[in-house]
Amino acid sequence: MKKKISIVLTGVGGQGVITAANILGKAAVKAKVGVFVSEIHGMAQRGGAVVCTVRMGDVSSPLLPSGTADVLLSTEPVEALRNICYVHKETKIITDINPIIPFTVAVSGDHYPKVEEIFKELSSHGELYAIDALNIARDAGAIITKNTVLLGALAASGVLPFKPEILLEEILEDIDEKYKVVNRKAFEGGMKAIKKK
Amino acid sequence: MLFFFYHSLGNCTSFTSMVFVMTKLTEDKPGKQILLLGNEAITRGALEAGVDVATTYPGTPASEIADTFSTIAKEATRQNKDPGFYFQYSINEKVALEIAAAASFCGLRSLTCMKHVGLNVASDTFMTYMYVGCRGGHIIVSADDPYCHSSQNEQDNRYFALFGGAPMLEPATPQEAKEMTRIGFDISEKLSLPLLLRTTTRLNHVRGPITLHEMQRPRKKGYFKKDPLLVTVPATARVRHPVLLKQLEDAEKISEKSPFNEIISIGKPKDVGIVSSGVSFTYVKEMAEELNMNVKILKLGITHPIHHTMCEKFIKSCSSLVMVEELEPFIENQFKALAFDVSADVKIYGKSTGHFSRLYEYNPDIVAEAFSKIFKVKNPFPQPVPSTLKAPRRPPSLCPGCPHRATYYAVKKAAPKETIYPKDIGCYTLGKEPPLEMADVLLCMGSNAGMACGFSVATDQKIISFMGDSTFFHAGIPPIVNAVHHNHDVVITILDNRTTAMTGHQPHPGTPYDGMGRPAKLIKVEDVVKGCGVEHIEIVDPNQIKNTTAAFKRALEFKGPSVVVSKSPCILLEVQRKRKAKEEIQLYHINQEICKRCKTCIGRFGCPALYFAEDDSVRIDPSQCNGCGNCVQICPFGAISAEEHQ
Repeated sequence: MKKKISIVLTGVGGQGVITAANILGKAAVKAKVGVFVSEIHGMAQRGGAVVCTVRMGDVSSPLLPSGTADVLLSTEPVEALRNICYVHKETKIITDINPIIPFTVAVSGDHYPKVEEIFKELSSHGELYAIDALNIARDAGAIITKNTVLLGALAASGVLPFKPEILLEEILEDIDEKYKVVNRKAFEGGMKAIKKK
Repeated sequence: MLFFFYHSLGNCTSFTSMVFVMTKLTEDKPGKQILLLGNEAITRGALEAGVDVATTYPGTPASEIADTFSTIAKEATRQNKDPGFYFQYSINEKVALEIAAAASFCGLRSLTCMKHVGLNVASDTFMTYMYVGCRGGHIIVSADDPYCHSSQNEQDNRYFALFGGAPMLEPATPQEAKEMTRIGFDISEKLSLPLLLRTTTRLNHVRGPITLHEMQRPRKKGYFKKDPLLVTVPATARVRHPVLLKQLEDAEKISEKSPFNEIISIGKPKDVGIVSSGVSFTYVKEMAEELNMNVKILKLGITHPIHHTMCEKFIKSCSSLVMVEELEPFIENQFKALAFDVSADVKIYGKSTGHFSRLYEYNPDIVAEAFSKIFKVKNPFPQPVPSTLKAPRRPPSLCPGCPHRATYYAVKKAAPKETIYPKDIGCYTLGKEPPLEMADVLLCMGSNAGMACGFSVATDQKIISFMGDSTFFHAGIPPIVNAVHHNHDVVITILDNRTTAMTGHQPHPGTPYDGMGRPAKLIKVEDVVKGCGVEHIEIVDPNQIKNTTAAFKRALEFKGPSVVVSKSPCILLEVQRKRKAKEEIQLYHINQEICKRCKTCIGRFGCPALYFAEDDSVRIDPSQCNGCGNCVQICPFGAISAEEHQ
């Protein structure tokens, strides 16, 4: 196991980024791995950009130095781009491919780059895994499981210091029986998607 | 009334035969490790210490401390069990502190939590409370917010400890936050002084593993033993002040033996030292390791009063010292004074040498960069390669369907262009963003109406101020009384969405239940306003945009103070309610043949559920629409209509 593992999770408020970070933290505790999870709430619920950091192993700080992320996990393409400062050449950038256009584009004349350009840029910084998490989640039965799809992809990336089963177990804890099936499907869908790449 | 009061205290005074409610946070499993948010860890620490009374006014980044108490209490109420403590979302931080102080005077253990600016509100109570001290242990949590993640300033509340004379603890990790809270009650009781537990966002909102300690059962029924020294008339105050100074000397002795202060060696340290506290310590420790430094770190957990002898000894053992603390040079200046007093031959690096900033949050990069400059070692971290593409901004915004947007839109239709819009603290501040741009000045809780009065004296421009309902109860009533008494020609708007939305939908005096999930007396905003003597009151549903515009026009025409109460529930709660009741959320669509692309809906109303598609047509994103239907009212061509049910 690597001495320190740093994961940056990003996305748009309300997409389950904070939930995903919390689940990673709980799985680490279950696997008896040292962990700190940092999140910024504040106005996140109102559709703003969200960043969480998860650090595992022999770590003291909840935050990581720039350019040292092992994984950048994003629920939205432009949010991966926004956090490119954490990435180095070997960083696995796992992102959903479906843009969520911020209101500044319509109202303040901000520009949302073409998705292909974003992917090209991300690939030049790290190892890109662009997956259609939204549709995998839809196929699994609920688009709100997009974060589960991405956690599945993360589990299959081989970066985590514990088995994917521990993470899945943590996802399925405390949720209704009917959502367990959907989440399991979403998780497995995410795992498959990254293996194909 | 008397009965009500008795009843409300009932649960916190009958601990002997209670059955505890079981939740994850109240598990009595010593040694078990669970992941907790810093804020939850503080609550757990208080529960392990057998806290009797907890009070707050909600504010980010402190909210989850109280929300965790509330969740446990509500679950207990639901199960008809006793949570083992009394909890209250008070009307404001000052009242919250007074309630907990009174409980402490009766010998009960109490905790009051608030965001940093909340302590400004409570400061009148805080300053003199230190003179009389507490009886039962009392922890006052201040959650500071370096970088202003969700605040109007980044004041450093450690100065309140110095200012008022409160011993202060600063945790670096969630585990330490829990332990400092738990042990803090004992320290507070030993000293008969309330403690300030000073946290920052990066502690409040960090999750870490927590080792559970056994739960202490709350102790006893409180009893108030009369004591003339609690009455701070001048003669008493003069007696109490030297007592406080003596108590702080005792606090220093506790600091000497406290495990919260420690020296940590990295590599093979000789005469280079670092002094740090709070979350900065975690960056210091990791970066010192990463840069292969040979240093000793003095980690201060008790930062007021600092233990002079211990610190002097550390200073004397060093030829260079680096001070790493976020915001103000609170410890740095004290160390410089100490170094002068003991004529130490030491170079002190920190804010005064320009290696660290008084601004914003620190992070590992900032600390590594400063260390590499001071010690002339290589910073091992790669400089990030900036993106050649620019990401569009994504600031938070008023939610789709937010009733505040409808109010603002109606006001803009009613008011002359030069109208001044004083604002207040809450979601509605987000109306500052384009296209609404409805915010001209904002200072603090309740400031909207006070400033409105001032503008009416200073200018002939029209004034329409805005505050939320929770803010109204918190600090908005005195300026309304002031406006009535002095006949200021202002329109004061209360955006009454029946909740404290921004901080996570906590109840307030306008809701029919309290923080423990029990029925509570609902106080209507308009009744209070009427009681203040306001003669012109308009009550509107902002979702009736034309009527709302007309109401604001009438209010503007009225000479003297008028109040508009704009009543509509927070859309997030409304959607939640509909989902629970299995009511359908009405969706809307745009008839592309009628739409003239005038952009009123996007460019003036600014609902984030509306967007330009790639062919430049305007569309409604069904995954974002909350079904308020206000876009139907504002479309000048009638292009928007409800989708028919299938």
